[in-house]
Amino acid sequence: MSFVEYSDLIQDGDVAIIYLGHDSMMPVKVQQGAQTQTRYGAIRHSTDLIGQRYGSKVTCSKGGWVHVLHPTPELWTITLPHRTQILYTTDIATITMMLELKPGSIVCESGTGSGSLSHAILRTIAPTGHLHTVEFHQQRAEKVAEEFREHHVDHLVTVRNQDVCKDGFGVTGVADAVFLDIPSPWEAVGHAKTTMKKQGGRLCSFSPCIEQVQRTCEALADQGFEEISTLEVLLRVHDVRTVSLPLPDFGPDPSAPAPPDADSKAPNSASVTIKTTTPPREIPGHTGYLTFATKPRT
Amino acid sequence: IMADNGDEDCQYRIKEGDYVVLKRGDIYKAVQIQSRKKVVFEKQWFFLDNAVGQLYSSTFEIVSGGILQPQKPKNLESSSDAKEAGTDNRNIVDDGKSQKLTRDDIETLKEQGLKGQEIIKQLIENSSTFRDKTEYAQDKYIKKKKKKYENSVTILKPSCRILAMMYHGREPGKICHLRYDTLAQMLTLANIHAGSKVLVFETCAGLVLGSVMERMGGYGSVIQMYPGGGPVRAGVESFGFPSHFHDMLHEFPICHVNALLAGTLDTTAKDPSAQEKKMKLDEKRKKLAAATVLLEGRNADGLVIASRFQPCPVLMGLIKFLAPSRPFVVYSQYKEPLIECYTKLKEQGGTVSLRLTDTWLRHYQVLPNRTHPVLLMSGGGGYLLSGTTVAADRSKPAGSQRAEEPAPKRLKMTDTGSGCVSSVCFM
Repeated sequence: MSFVEYSDLIQDGDVAIIYLGHDSMMPVKVQQGAQTQTRYGAIRHSTDLIGQRYGSKVTCSKGGWVHVLHPTPELWTITLPHRTQILYTTDIATITMMLELKPGSIVCESGTGSGSLSHAILRTIAPTGHLHTVEFHQQRAEKVAEEFREHHVDHLVTVRNQDVCKDGFGVTGVADAVFLDIPSPWEAVGHAKTTMKKQGGRLCSFSPCIEQVQRTCEALADQGFEEISTLEVLLRVHDVRTVSLPLPDFGPDPSAPAPPDADSKAPNSASVTIKTTTPPREIPGHTGYLTFATKPRT
Repeated sequence: IMADNGDEDCQYRIKEGDYVVLKRGDIYKAVQIQSRKKVVFEKQWFFLDNAVGQLYSSTFEIVSGGILQPQKPKNLESSSDAKEAGTDNRNIVDDGKSQKLTRDDIETLKEQGLKGQEIIKQLIENSSTFRDKTEYAQDKYIKKKKKKYENSVTILKPSCRILAMMYHGREPGKICHLRYDTLAQMLTLANIHAGSKVLVFETCAGLVLGSVMERMGGYGSVIQMYPGGGPVRAGVESFGFPSHFHDMLHEFPICHVNALLAGTLDTTAKDPSAQEKKMKLDEKRKKLAAATVLLEGRNADGLVIASRFQPCPVLMGLIKFLAPSRPFVVYSQYKEPLIECYTKLKEQGGTVSLRLTDTWLRHYQVLPNRTHPVLLMSGGGGYLLSGTTVAADRSKPAGSQRAEEPAPKRLKMTDTGSGCVSSVCFM
C-alpha cells in the first residue's frame, strides 16, 4: 500500500480505510493480531484484513458488515485526525490544477498543518517530484513526518520545522510551485520568490479573511508577480431523494366526464412521486479565498 | 539545495512546430508555431516566426506587417506624479462628447505607428473630463483603454489550466460546457496519478483526455473508449506533450465492449498474407489487441466520463472494467442524467460514497478600497457524480441494501481525534 500507488491486497502495516456506510468512515492501521471496534462489531486484522483484497466486504463480530478501501488522499482528507483546520478536496482540486502540478513538480508548502493538502500534492507529483513542507509547530511537524513514513511517501517529501516568514523554505531556486496557508502570507512572499525557479513558477495563497488577501495581493504586485487572481470555490452537494407530493382536491369537476367509478372513495389519496435532489440543510458557505499568481523569469 | 544551472533554458525556448497558447488579457488561443503562416488572434493578423528562439511567457508587440517584436520590459506608469483628479462624479455629464479625438483621428495615429501606450496618452490629453474623474475612475478608464488599444500578445506554454480556461471561454460547446474548476474536481476525485490505468470516455475535443495524460506524466496507461469511427484527439495535440507520452495512450471502440465483456472478442490475426491495404488493418488490429489485454483483466484504476452521450448506459457498461476500491467520476452538463446514474448504481450495488455535486466559482477584484466580487460570474459549470467501487456482493439479492442513515445535520469542524469515525464534511 502507498498513498501514491495502488496495490490489490491488504498487508500488515498498511493504512486502510474502513467504510461503515453512508459516508461514514475511519482509518485503520493494519497490524497482525490487532482488532478494531466498530458499531457493527470487531474486525480482526489477521483474518479479516491481511491478505484480503482492497474493496472487500468484511463481516464484523456482531454480524454487521463494512467495506475496506484502499487509501487515497481524498479519503485521508475525510478521515485524518485533525491537528489544525484542514483544506478539503474542493479547494485542493482547484489548487492542484491552478498550480499546474504534475509528476515531477517541485513544490514548497507552508504550513503543513495536518497534512491534508500535502498528501494530495505527493500523489500528484510522484514518482519524480518533491515536496518541501514547512511547519513551525514542532509536534505537528513530527506527527506529519511520522504519517508520511507510515504512508510510504517519505521519500518524496522533506519536512522542516521552522518559520517560513523568517527562514524561508530551506531551498532556493528549485520550486515550480509554492503554496501558502499561514496567518501572514505577505511576510513570506519574498521567500516564495527566492525558493522558486528563476525561470518562473506558480504561487497560491489561501486565506480566510479578505484583509489578508488584500495585503497579500499588494505584496505580490510589489514583488513583481503577474496574473494575480483571487477566487473562491464552493461545493454544492445534491442529495438524491424520492419525494411524494400530494395532489389537491378541488372537488368533483362538473365539466369533466363522470368517472366510471362514481363512488368518491378517498379522493385525497392521489399523489405524484418524483425523483429529485435537495440541498443539505446547511452547507459550508466559505472556506477561504484562493489567490494565484505567476512569478515571471527573474 | 541550489538550482542546477545546466542548459535549463533550452526547454523554456519556443521552437518551430511547438504547440503554444496566445494570450492577451483573459483571451487565449491555441496555435502551432509554423513559419510564414499567418495567424489571427483578436482581430489581428500576424506571423509567429519571430517567436522562435524566444522564451516562453514572453510578450510581443505586433507591429505593422504582422511582425512580432519582443516587448521592452514594462515601465510602470509614473505613479510618483501627483495626478490631477476630482473627488466624485456629481458634475461629470456623460454626453459622449468628452473625447475630442474622432475615430478617424485614432486610426490616423495607429497608421502613424503610435504604440498602444502613446495612443492612450493622446486619448487622456484630449478628454475634457479625465482630470475631473476620481483617481479610481482614472485607473478604470486607463485599464479599459489598455484592453482596447494595447497591441501585444504573450506566448505561453500550454497546460491543462490554460487550455481548460481557453476552451471554456472560447468554445464551451465543444467541451459540453465543462468549466475548468469542474475539470479540476474530476482529476482529483478520480485520483489520476502516475502509474495507474485509467479509462476515459469523452467528447470534449480531447481536453479531458489531455488533462488526464498531463497528470499521469507519461507513466501508466490511458485507454480512450470512443464511440463511432475513431477517437477524437485534436485537443490532446494542443498540450504539446513529448512524443513518448503517446506510448501510454490506447484506444478501444465501444462497439466491441459487449463482445469483450462476454469473452467473445477475437483480436488474433486472420489472414497472414501481408498486402499493403492489410498492413493498415493489421495496425488497427494490433492496437485493438493491446487495448483488449489492458481491459480484459477488469482491473482498471479509474474511470472518467465526460460526454454529450446519455451517461447512464456509458457508466453501467464501463464500470465493469474497474477493480474494486477504485474511483469513478461522471460529468454531465445536466443534473437529471446523473440522478438516473445514481439511482441505477444504488439498485445494482457495488459502489459506495456516491455523490452528486457541482461547484460554485467566483472571482474577486482585489484593489485598495475597491475589493469586491467581480460583477459577472459563471452561471453553471456542469455536474459531477463520483463514487468508489467495492467488491460485487454475490451473496445478497440485488436491491437489498443497508437502510440509509439520516445525513448528519451538523458538520464536524472541530478536532475529531484519532481513531474516531468522521462524518464527511461536504467541502
